[in-house]
Amino acid sequence: MLISALLIGITRALVGAAPRWQGSAPSPAQRIYFANHSSHIDTLALWSALPRALRRRTRPVAAADYWNTDAVRRCIAVRGLNAVFIERQRSEATKDPLAPLTEALAAGDSLIIFPEGTRNLQPLPGPFKAGLFHLAERFPEVELVPVYLENLHRCMPKGTFFPVPLICTVRFGAPLARIEGEDKTAFLERARRAVIDLA
Amino acid sequence: MSAQDKFYWLMGGIGAVLLLSSLIGWVLSRRVSGESGRAVVDNLNARIKAWWIMVAVFAVAFMLGRMATIVMFALISWFALREFMTLTPTRPGDHRALSVSFFIAIPLQYALIADQWYALFSILIPVYGFLLLPSLSVLAQDVEHFLERAAKIQWGVMLTIYCISHVPALLLLDIPDYAGQNALLLFYLLLVVQLSDVLQYVFGKLFGRTKIAPVVSPSKTVEGFVGGALSATAVGAAMWWITPFTPLQAAGMSAAIVVMGFLGGLVLSAVKRSLGAKDWGSMIQGHGGMMDRMDSVSFAAPVFFHLTRYFFTP
Repeated sequence: MLISALLIGITRALVGAAPRWQGSAPSPAQRIYFANHSSHIDTLALWSALPRALRRRTRPVAAADYWNTDAVRRCIAVRGLNAVFIERQRSEATKDPLAPLTEALAAGDSLIIFPEGTRNLQPLPGPFKAGLFHLAERFPEVELVPVYLENLHRCMPKGTFFPVPLICTVRFGAPLARIEGEDKTAFLERARRAVIDLA
Repeated sequence: MSAQDKFYWLMGGIGAVLLLSSLIGWVLSRRVSGESGRAVVDNLNARIKAWWIMVAVFAVAFMLGRMATIVMFALISWFALREFMTLTPTRPGDHRALSVSFFIAIPLQYALIADQWYALFSILIPVYGFLLLPSLSVLAQDVEHFLERAAKIQWGVMLTIYCISHVPALLLLDIPDYAGQNALLLFYLLLVVQLSDVLQYVFGKLFGRTKIAPVVSPSKTVEGFVGGALSATAVGAAMWWITPFTPLQAAGMSAAIVVMGFLGGLVLSAVKRSLGAKDWGSMIQGHGGMMDRMDSVSFAAPVFFHLTRYFFTP
């Protein structure tokens, strides 16, 4: 609790992270928030922009090879954000890399994911990885909410160690409509467009 | 009267004025009809509400003492610089210079006030900042718009750090027969600047006809400026008893504050427009951003500081 409050305080002093609910309203419905990814502050910014009640049931997905490496990062990820770790490099071919995510969704939690899989130098997102598609197929009742993180690429671009405090806005769009029989490529492109349309 | 007593009188007076404004705002909101009138009254009430909060924050900082006041202005600089840089286009090559502005220049400038090191305080940003910030940017080897970028960063740090820091710097001045009362001088500066802004707004809304600079700031009128400036100067003169000045000197000082404040509002409005924005931010309900409230202060503070230093310290 204390760590979370501290993280939110620091995030707000640094980047503001004010929410703009443009296409959807805050709701306790189970959701997957998916956003563009350009800095290490992204997860914190999106998470801080959510109302407190929703934050408690919303878990960011974090790359295990970065956030699960030393004590400080692990403390922020686990105790502060209640993150779900995902392996970006698959170690065993048989193991399902999405297993920790499906477990969290099955338990009723909402998720925050960055479908590009890595930080992008550009403000607009690049191609999405397939994970979002598979989660959407397995959990058809979960709302898929596109989120655009504005200005964060200027705050802490890839390769920098110190942030620049600039006012960042978190724009929440309308949940993605389901289209019966849509293939993976078309779905991922439509999801990416939904984020870009908020920019 | 002791400094403490003067402070309570001042707070009581401001509280009474705010109470009266809230009352007027309430009456107006019950009487107003029409969409545009409603919008003006709603904005007026949001502004009055924000004033209560701003006065409360200032009062608490003053009561906590010198250190709290310095820290409060450091935070004001932080938020003002954040607004300035958010609107200013920079490139990745400026990242280091910007980080240094926030994490080194701001703490250092205010630490120098706390440490009472006037000589370095007055040249840190105009000399060292001016030379070292572009030196940090140049290492990134991006020459595109280099001069514009360096100039914009320097403008940002001068306005939001250097100029604003001259408000708490008033605590540094050693004024004969005024020891221990400098906080009141600081209050005086803010009171006259803000009162002048408010009265110009009120006179402009009531009698405004002739626009002064329609391209830069459509809301500024000759009637608003003259009415606001004269009444703010009169109030400033009447408040001489909290300053080291005689009533006549206080009138002169207030006039200087009012004119500089007006110019600051105008210049920063032009800067804001050249950056393509209407407000600096949305931090303060009804007013816009921190810089929308501090624009006139940033121009008035250094001039008021130096006039006081030149004429009233040995």
